Amino acid sequence: MRGVSATPRSTIRDSLSVSLTVGAYGIAFGAASVAAGFSVLQSCLLSLLTFSGASQFAIVGVIGAGGTALSGIATATLLGFRNGLYGLRMAPLLKVKGTKRIIAAHITIDESTGIALSQESLGEDAMRAGFWLTGFGVFIFWNLFTLAGALGAQAMGNPAAWGLDAAVPAAFLGLVWPRLESTSERALGASAVFLALALTPLVPAGLPIIATALLAVGMGIRNLKPLRLRLRKS
Amino acid sequence: MTAMWWGVIGTSVAAFALKYLGQSIPERYLSHPKIQKINTLIPIALLSALVAVQTFTEKTKLVIDHRALGVGVAIVALLLRAPFPIVVLSAAASSALLYHFV
Repeated sequence: MRGVSATPRSTIRDSLSVSLTVGAYGIAFGAASVAAGFSVLQSCLLSLLTFSGASQFAIVGVIGAGGTALSGIATATLLGFRNGLYGLRMAPLLKVKGTKRIIAAHITIDESTGIALSQESLGEDAMRAGFWLTGFGVFIFWNLFTLAGALGAQAMGNPAAWGLDAAVPAAFLGLVWPRLESTSERALGASAVFLALALTPLVPAGLPIIATALLAVGMGIRNLKPLRLRLRKS
Repeated sequence: MTAMWWGVIGTSVAAFALKYLGQSIPERYLSHPKIQKINTLIPIALLSALVAVQTFTEKTKLVIDHRALGVGVAIVALLLRAPFPIVVLSAAASSALLYHFV
C-alpha cells in the first residue's frame, strides 16, 4: 500500500466518513445481539470474526427467534455470498497474496468495495487506498460500537422495556429499504414477508426465512430468461 | 455447546470462506449475469422475511404487539428519509412506550 500522502484527500475523506457512519451501526448490532440472548463476548466475536453486518444480524435474529444454529448459519451464509462476489471484483485490483490476501478477504464488504469502485475516476492507486482505508476504518469502528451496544443492552435488562425487540426488525428494515428500488424488487420483498409469515405456524423457526431465498432464485432465473411454460394438453 | 456458540463459529467460518474464495478463484466462475442477479435479490428476500418474522411472530405463533407499532414508525421514518440511527431509535422508543402504557 502506498503512503497516505500519495492518496487523494477526497478518497481519505470518503473512506473515513463511511467508516464512522457505518461503524456506528455496530451499536444497533451489539444491542440486538445481546437482546437475542448472545453474550457480550459472543457479540464481539461475531463482529471481529464474521464482520459482515447483514449476516451478523441474521444469525442473532434467527437464533433469537428460536431457530436452530444450522438455519441461522444458512441464512447468514446466503447473505454473505455477495462478499465473495465483491472479492472477485477486488482481487485483480488488489493483487495480494498470502497474509495480505487473508486480511484483504476479511475486510471485503459492501463499504470497502463500494468506496473502491467509486474512486475509479481517480485511478487504481486511489481505488486501492479507498479499499484498505474503508475496510480497516469500518472494522475498527464496527467493533468498538458493537462492544458499546452490547454493554449498553446488557445494562438495560428486559429488551422489550427499552424497545430493543422492535429496534431489531427496524434495523433489518433499514438494511433492506435502499435495495427496494424497482417494482419487481418491492414485489419480491412483499412476497417474502407473506411467505415467511405463512410458513411460521407450519415449520420450525428459522426455516420460513431461508425458504424465501427460493423466491429470489426463482425471480433471478426468470428475469433473464422468458418463462417457458410447457403445459401438456391431455 | 450452545446454539449461540455454534452460530458464532459456523457463521464466522462460512463468512470468511466465502470472502477468501472470492479473492482466490478466477472471475469467470461466478460472473454469470444470472448469478449476479440472484445475488442482488437474495438479500431482499431474506431481510424482508427477517423484518416480518421479528415483528409479527412469537416462536411459531403469529402475533401483533408493541413491535408492530415500532416497525410502523420505522417505515414512516424511512419514508421521511431519516438516517439509520433515527429509524432504529424511533422504532425502539415508540415500541417501548406502547409496551409500558398498554
